[in-house]
Amino acid sequence: MSTTASNTTRSRGKEPAGEKLADWVDGRLGIYSLAKANMRKIFPDHWSFMLGEVCLYSFLIIILTGVYLTLFFHPSMNEVVYHGSYVPLQGQLMSEAFNSTLHISFEVRGGLLIRQIHHWAALVFLAGMFVHMMRVFFTGAFRKPREINWMFGFLLFVLGMFTGFTGYSLPDDLLSGTGVRFMEGAILSVPIIGTYLSFFLFGGEFPGHDFVARFYSIHILLLPGIMLGLVVGHLILVFYHKHTQFAGPGKTNNNVVGMPLLPVYMAKAGGFFFLVFGVIAAIAAVAQINPIWAIGPYRPDQVSTGAQPDWYMGFSEGLIRTMPGWEINFWGHTLVLGVFVPLVIFPLVLVAIAIYPFLEAWVTGDRREHHILDRPRNAPTRTAFGAAWIAWYFVLLVGGGNDLWATHFHLSINAITWFVRVSFFVVPVLVFVVTKRICLGLQRRDKDKVLHGRESGIIKRLPHGEFIEVHEPLSQEQLYTLTAHHQYEPLELGPTVDENGVERKISGTKKLRAKLSGAFYGEESQIPKPTVEEYKEITSGHGHH
Amino acid sequence: MKKLSARRRHPLAAVVVLLLALAATGGLYTAFAPASKAKADDSAQSLTIEEGKKLYEVGCASCHGTGGQGTTDGPSLVGVGAAAVDFQVGTGRMPAQQPGAQVPRKKVIYSQGEIDQLAAYIASLGAGPNVPTKNEYSPEGADIAKGGELFRTNCAQCHNFTGKGGALTHGKFAPDLEGVAPRHIYEAMQTGPQNMPSFPDTTLSSKNKKDIIAYLNAVNSDETVNPGGLELGGLGPVSEGLFAWIFGLGALIAVAVWVAARTAKAKKS
Repeated sequence: MSTTASNTTRSRGKEPAGEKLADWVDGRLGIYSLAKANMRKIFPDHWSFMLGEVCLYSFLIIILTGVYLTLFFHPSMNEVVYHGSYVPLQGQLMSEAFNSTLHISFEVRGGLLIRQIHHWAALVFLAGMFVHMMRVFFTGAFRKPREINWMFGFLLFVLGMFTGFTGYSLPDDLLSGTGVRFMEGAILSVPIIGTYLSFFLFGGEFPGHDFVARFYSIHILLLPGIMLGLVVGHLILVFYHKHTQFAGPGKTNNNVVGMPLLPVYMAKAGGFFFLVFGVIAAIAAVAQINPIWAIGPYRPDQVSTGAQPDWYMGFSEGLIRTMPGWEINFWGHTLVLGVFVPLVIFPLVLVAIAIYPFLEAWVTGDRREHHILDRPRNAPTRTAFGAAWIAWYFVLLVGGGNDLWATHFHLSINAITWFVRVSFFVVPVLVFVVTKRICLGLQRRDKDKVLHGRESGIIKRLPHGEFIEVHEPLSQEQLYTLTAHHQYEPLELGPTVDENGVERKISGTKKLRAKLSGAFYGEESQIPKPTVEEYKEITSGHGHH
Repeated sequence: MKKLSARRRHPLAAVVVLLLALAATGGLYTAFAPASKAKADDSAQSLTIEEGKKLYEVGCASCHGTGGQGTTDGPSLVGVGAAAVDFQVGTGRMPAQQPGAQVPRKKVIYSQGEIDQLAAYIASLGAGPNVPTKNEYSPEGADIAKGGELFRTNCAQCHNFTGKGGALTHGKFAPDLEGVAPRHIYEAMQTGPQNMPSFPDTTLSSKNKKDIIAYLNAVNSDETVNPGGLELGGLGPVSEGLFAWIFGLGALIAVAVWVAARTAKAKKS
């Protein structure tokens, strides 16, 4: 809006207050063009596209409640004697951090509820990110141009894990102290520099007097700061790329079919924020989480059974619990493989899922942009890989909770540990094979439906006595949806010799790529989708199939 | 004298002598026997032991041996004391239902009177810890905070922070301590049943034991107050994680499906 225009309207004095304000803001921030470009931005509708929203809103809830908690929390390890209202701890020595957490829980108005919302929201945030990541994975939404956003999301998940871990350690209770001790042990197992690293991190011998204050800075400032930046970047990229959509009539790679951001999505998203807040607040009001008063203050000479990290760190616990306690003593030095090997595998578990999109892009050599999502069955190798990874992760979670599996299912903890050791190697392979078979079966079913129609359940007897089941042909829309996906051809290396009979040089990586391509898209890995000719031949023929 | 002497070979002489001898023995016994009150007490005690022995032979001897000396199926009971019997039988662990990694708590088979008889019999086999008095195990007047500290130092490794129990090797386990009578907790510490180490008075004084019982009473009993709401088993992050996935994320996905299904429809015109 031009200044002159607004001057003239103001002189007439007919402009509503809202427009006046908008004009004032636009004159200083220039938001009008920005809003015009984005307010009618279209978003497609599917419940699974709202998983990211669950993460965003729980992240906001964590920040809001976290700010409240910082007002009362004292990140100090000075020892004090407890004189608060929780009788079973009165007179006990504890750190100020623990003391102030008890104070928040019992004396600060609403403190316990806010603490529980904060903690439950953190668990939901991580679980939401996990499921959101899997949605993106299984539908192939990570493909070009969204690889960087996939990495942003992955980093958010990893940073979320560590933000959660540092937060869980802050109250300095016996449970989290054991977790920090666990971490210290893992650091100590690093050859040569382990001891130095540990002393650097803890400011001397464990536990020292520094780690709560240091974890506090990391937990409330460093990691959330980076995460907030990544979240903003993540959202900007979602806007910039536009949202992906499932295949369907009228939906192409060049459009987005859905509802506009304003007013539909603003209303929906705003409402959904309050629903997420409401669900988490209701859970926090009903169910207790991390009752540090029952757990007691941390003392390095005490330890309890059932000491586990929050669920998102559970797979690291599984690694350490199931790894045999090997160690090598060499020239007066000890290499604790029982701890060091899990420490090395820990990042690899996460990296395995993070790099898959790049592997797939390399194998297909596909440089096109993809805005139409895959149905998981139409990418059997990818789906099988993802399912195998989840199974792998779950096996490690079982290992991390082996004691509870033992007590609740009346099993031997040793048997469970051995089961996990074997499953670590066997289960992902099994799940891969089974998932791939299921995907191929579903592809065959789709093909059958396209060519022969839907089974109606109506049995008809023909004049000459034959019984047939009547198949209803699918609608044009359904036919399109079932056949819209692209099928890659396996990469051919071509003839091994040129026209002169001289052996062609083929690099090792190219051979590997061809091999993988065959495994991804060969005859064993996908069912050719029905062609137009096949369809015509069958439908133009006699009445039934 | 001659008369007596002459009849000494009379057929009834032996009978008369016997009668006289019996009368003399009886008379002397009556004259010199201990006071009647003490005598009655002694017979009651021996009667209890006797009854206990009978019960033992029916219910226990097949594994622990006819004299409590132990067999390959059960340990020797010589010197375990009355407290051990009161604990094992009083919590239903004994008699065992089947061999296994550990004998679990179950329905109590014997009445308290019978348990006392068994305990008396086993105690008679060799000296061991006695059943504690109410004064010893009652949590009244104990230091709960001190008990908590002692519990976390000595017991939490196996029984968890608040005595919810935990797993041990090869199917053995440390049981949940909720609902265990104070007397039995005291006896368990005193005698170290099954896989548990014992904590005699030289390790944990009677006062310490009382503190621990008071702590358990405060954090893991019907009287426990959970200010945060549902306890979720008191098992820590594993059950919390499960709850967050099922009820937290589960509910949110249900809500997301609901919101996505209710969308603005394009106007038909």
